[in-house]
Amino acid sequence: MKAVYAISENIISALGFTASGNAEALLSGKTGIRIHHDEKLSSNKLAISLVDTQEMERKFELILKQNKKEQQPSFFTRLEKLLILSVSDAIQNLPVRPDNKKVILVLSTTKGNIDLLEDRFTAKFDHKRVYLWALASVVKDFFGFANTPLIISNACISGVMALIAASRLLRSGKYETAVVAGGDIATEFVISGFQSFQALSPEPCKPFDLSRKGLSLGEGCGTIVLSTNPGDGKTEHILVMGGSVSNDANHISGPSRTGEELSMAINKSLEDSGIEYTAVDFINAHGTATPFNDEMEAKAVSLSKMDKVPLNSFKGYWGHTLGASGLMESAAIIQSMKLNRVFSSAGLEVSGFPGMINVVSETIFKPVNTCLKTASGFGGCNAALVFQKT
Amino acid sequence: MEKLITAYTYIGEGKVFANKRLIFYQEKIATFAEFIKALYKQEQIAYPKFYKMDSLSKLGFMCAELLLRYENPGIFKPGSLAVVLANSSSSLDTDLLHQESIRNRSAYFPSPSVFVYTLANIVIGEICIRHGLKGENAFLVSEKFNPSTLKDYVSEILDNHRAEACICGWVEILGNNFKAVMALVENESTATWINGFKPMPFTEASLNEIIKVN
Repeated sequence: MKAVYAISENIISALGFTASGNAEALLSGKTGIRIHHDEKLSSNKLAISLVDTQEMERKFELILKQNKKEQQPSFFTRLEKLLILSVSDAIQNLPVRPDNKKVILVLSTTKGNIDLLEDRFTAKFDHKRVYLWALASVVKDFFGFANTPLIISNACISGVMALIAASRLLRSGKYETAVVAGGDIATEFVISGFQSFQALSPEPCKPFDLSRKGLSLGEGCGTIVLSTNPGDGKTEHILVMGGSVSNDANHISGPSRTGEELSMAINKSLEDSGIEYTAVDFINAHGTATPFNDEMEAKAVSLSKMDKVPLNSFKGYWGHTLGASGLMESAAIIQSMKLNRVFSSAGLEVSGFPGMINVVSETIFKPVNTCLKTASGFGGCNAALVFQKT
Repeated sequence: MEKLITAYTYIGEGKVFANKRLIFYQEKIATFAEFIKALYKQEQIAYPKFYKMDSLSKLGFMCAELLLRYENPGIFKPGSLAVVLANSSSSLDTDLLHQESIRNRSAYFPSPSVFVYTLANIVIGEICIRHGLKGENAFLVSEKFNPSTLKDYVSEILDNHRAEACICGWVEILGNNFKAVMALVENESTATWINGFKPMPFTEASLNEIIKVN
């Protein structure tokens, strides 16, 4: 199997604008989820994780100047700004230029510029920008990528699926570098939908906790650059190993009752990587903190015999960021491997699943060489992906 | 490994083709809802969940239903048939419905049964539930039908034995404009097909041909 290296990463969330900045916040146990009352998002108070708009605008103006762009900041939507900032940070030391034919942009999002459907934006932006391919084009054109971007929109597994798709494309030899970016923003559209499902927690979410009451939404972006070339002068490398996707074939909005299908994806991703489950140092689960999702994941991990493997969820730090989550969380896994720390699972007080999974209550200091990432989403989809350090 | 298209279904311009045979035709389509209901009735499908689906899922469901009806899906194990679909407008058709329900704070009625369909891959979920498919699945978005991306994605799955066969297609709907095409793709060495159907090589040219059928 041709090696695929993760050569750089970025995270933008309420906790900061870089991967290392976010990792520092995770180490100190900070959470980005706060109680906000923003009429544009909801008439109710919400526990949500929002990116600092002033800081975003300040950084974006700098990026426009650095790239000698003539467009005004107001040309770009909120999500476009965040994606451009994220990609820009991740590719700053890239050895190849985006216009190289062997480089592809892979974009993961669930709702893209869906806020443009709101009346307050319809006069300001071309209605076409609500199409995901138009969003991708804005990012593509900003950096001058030569190839048409690959766009993945597969509910909450989009980010992990984008990494799986990109690594498969690199292994097939069609491309040498993939810039994999994911983003979703907080909108009334999404908030009202989750409210109608009664899926939102009144307090910051508590993944895998006995008293979890639902999820907290968040917004953000994550970018990971994958390459078949490890780059010069590094003593250690992060490899993206095998990945697998499965479907519950059970219910469009409720997870599997048994966890068998996620377990199947986990087992196949390990098999695809040539790795035994005993070698996994920690699992970063999806962990949305809804009663049924967390239960399904606990069953799946237990079925895959990894009940003793340290497991965490990052949703307690920056909420559920939908199509961005898989990329932000994978970028945090990479930081974990670089720092040899397993971050604590924010929001955990009393595990809801003793004996089934080993949720990390305090940050663990230990060599971190092999990690498993999982995700599950509406439509019954599951994904699993393995990272390894050499 | 050589791969073959061993069956395909086309729904568009009022016509429905199954393996090149015209099985349904409406000269004047008033609405998508009426069209798809008439097709559902003609084909005598009994699946009450169909009526709860949004338009994208109804379109994809019918296309997959007709595709597999002629292929005996029972020959595939649950994990061995993958589904890779794509379109241009994602779930925009239902997104507009959800947005309309939250437009006015004094008449606010977001509904979970609409909101759940504001994700493009739900159509794959519906197909997987109907046929018990538990394997690889993916929903991709591109401005126009992009046979090269679909071919790469599906070929990788089959070449690496992630599935024995794959449903590969395009499911696009916005208002009353719709088109769906699905192909069943198999490795040549294990492929089977019905009498009278001439399998096509799984190439960009073949995909371009079947999306233009009629």
